[in-house]
Amino acid sequence: MSSSPSDPSVPDSPVIDLRDGAVVIAGRPVLRRVDLTVRSGEFVTLLGPNGSGKSTLVRALTGLRPLARGTLTLFGTPLESFRDWHRLGFVPQRAGAASGVPTSVREVVASGRLTRRRGLRPASRADRAAVESALELVGLADRAKDSVATLSGGQQQRVLIARALAGGPDLFFLDEPTAGVDLPNQQALAGALHALSEAGSTIVLVTHELGPLAPLVDRTVVLRDGCKVYDGPPLAVDDAHGHHHPEAGRHDHHPGVIAPMDRRDEEVTW
Amino acid sequence: MIELLREPFMQRALLAALVTGLAAPVIGTYLVQRRLALLGDGLGHVAVTGVALGLWTGFAPTWTAVAVAVLGAVAIEAIRDRGHTSGDLALALLFYGGLAGGVMITGLAEQGAVTLQRYLFGSITSISISDIWFTLGLALVIVVLGLGLLPQLFTVAQDQDFAKVAGLNVRGYNLLVAVLAAVTVTVAMRTVGLLLVSALMIVPVAASQQLARSFRATIGGAVAVGAGAGVGGLLVAAYLSEEHDLTVAPGPAIVLLALACFVATWPVGVLLRRRQRRRRPFPALPTDEHLVIDAHDHVHGPDCGHPAIPHGDHVDYVHDGHRHAPHGEHYDEH
Repeated sequence: MSSSPSDPSVPDSPVIDLRDGAVVIAGRPVLRRVDLTVRSGEFVTLLGPNGSGKSTLVRALTGLRPLARGTLTLFGTPLESFRDWHRLGFVPQRAGAASGVPTSVREVVASGRLTRRRGLRPASRADRAAVESALELVGLADRAKDSVATLSGGQQQRVLIARALAGGPDLFFLDEPTAGVDLPNQQALAGALHALSEAGSTIVLVTHELGPLAPLVDRTVVLRDGCKVYDGPPLAVDDAHGHHHPEAGRHDHHPGVIAPMDRRDEEVTW
Repeated sequence: MIELLREPFMQRALLAALVTGLAAPVIGTYLVQRRLALLGDGLGHVAVTGVALGLWTGFAPTWTAVAVAVLGAVAIEAIRDRGHTSGDLALALLFYGGLAGGVMITGLAEQGAVTLQRYLFGSITSISISDIWFTLGLALVIVVLGLGLLPQLFTVAQDQDFAKVAGLNVRGYNLLVAVLAAVTVTVAMRTVGLLLVSALMIVPVAASQQLARSFRATIGGAVAVGAGAGVGGLLVAAYLSEEHDLTVAPGPAIVLLALACFVATWPVGVLLRRRQRRRRPFPALPTDEHLVIDAHDHVHGPDCGHPAIPHGDHVDYVHDGHRHAPHGEHYDEH
């Protein structure tokens, strides 16, 4: 596991630097005027109601969504010429880790090693060691040979985190890793993230509910309707989601689709 | 029967059946992983147009089939990549366009249905030496790329977003799988025929994944089933035709044998999965309350016959809708 900050000589050098970022999806501006600077070793959470652009922001920061305007540099390199993908660990928002074919836990985690492996070369001893230690860190070493489909949702989320860990990155993006995860698994997850943070990794976490992760957070960024509305010390999640949108109804980008769980008549607790 | 095996045409047929059976499931596994099991069928139908073009223009139908199937694969990948049409609908369009085009052009070529039928249902026993080299060469390409790039192809099919952020050329690998699928279709065309091509790619995977727990085991098992069904099906067809004077086409025999493998492994897979589900530990949630069971004349233990499921730091015995955990002299209802 690599744990060195982005540049040891400058401990506070910006790892992510987004200026005037905007993302347009299908002709509709989704993110506007977003400035975000994350320094090495910071633990930042992105909060905001559904459709506020949290996931879109993370997708823009990882290069999955092109910026319609603005500039983004990662580790001091403009995104267009950024090639050090092994420094990024990405945990996408997913229902699970399973696919159409049985897949063992170790195979999923080993695929995270591809940020460092190239071409037809077989896995080296270092590759295997990194996979084992990633499994240890999320507490699933004893399940390595099992099919991921037999794991619970929370355990599958931990597999995806181990996959991101396996490449030994120093910047992590996690998109809703605790959604639908039971408390013991959330605690296991918090333990793994704490260890990473302690080791100097930079962490950007999108979440609805912090739960056991709350004590780890250095800084909170709140998005609303595609704009940054708060950037500072951690807030209670209720502040982030409650006070900023007192109007009734939703103002997000989901066109009129209301989930059966959503109530219009009371404040939604995320 | 032994004499039949000495015939050069039969030896060529056996070799073709073996390498097709080895190569087809490799690509089939990636298609199943992407939930695109029917892509092979779509490409098979497109290849019908390719064969017909060959018959019409006088080129070798195998090469025109490769060219048209690869074009079809690129087209469907482009449609999928843009996301304008669902993969499902794009496949359907491919099916109908390919088959209609093929039948129409064959009519123009005035070759009639008989020639086309050789390609639709396979004619493994009429394979020539040059066909064998063609089959061996392309099968080698499929196996080397399909297994050599396994980590990359696996990762891209497993999670595209992750693969992109890992710096993999997702579009390139997707295109590679589609093109390899097209090549597989034309390789298997002579063995089982275009209409059954996809079966040789998919059915061995379906059989293998009943018992496998990992991707590598699935692909290995699928290759074994494919090769076994290829050779076995051909031998069964030859035996029935030779000894019992029945007209048994090798292509369908190969596919039915692969299906028989699935039918054999499926119940075992169902049993294994059910057992796994029943043995899964109960989540350990902190609770304050528990119910003490008073009268319980049965003594639970490792050999009492009730499933003992791990639950936190102890086990729960499961019977009649109860979860009983031993607690001193009595049992708790968990």
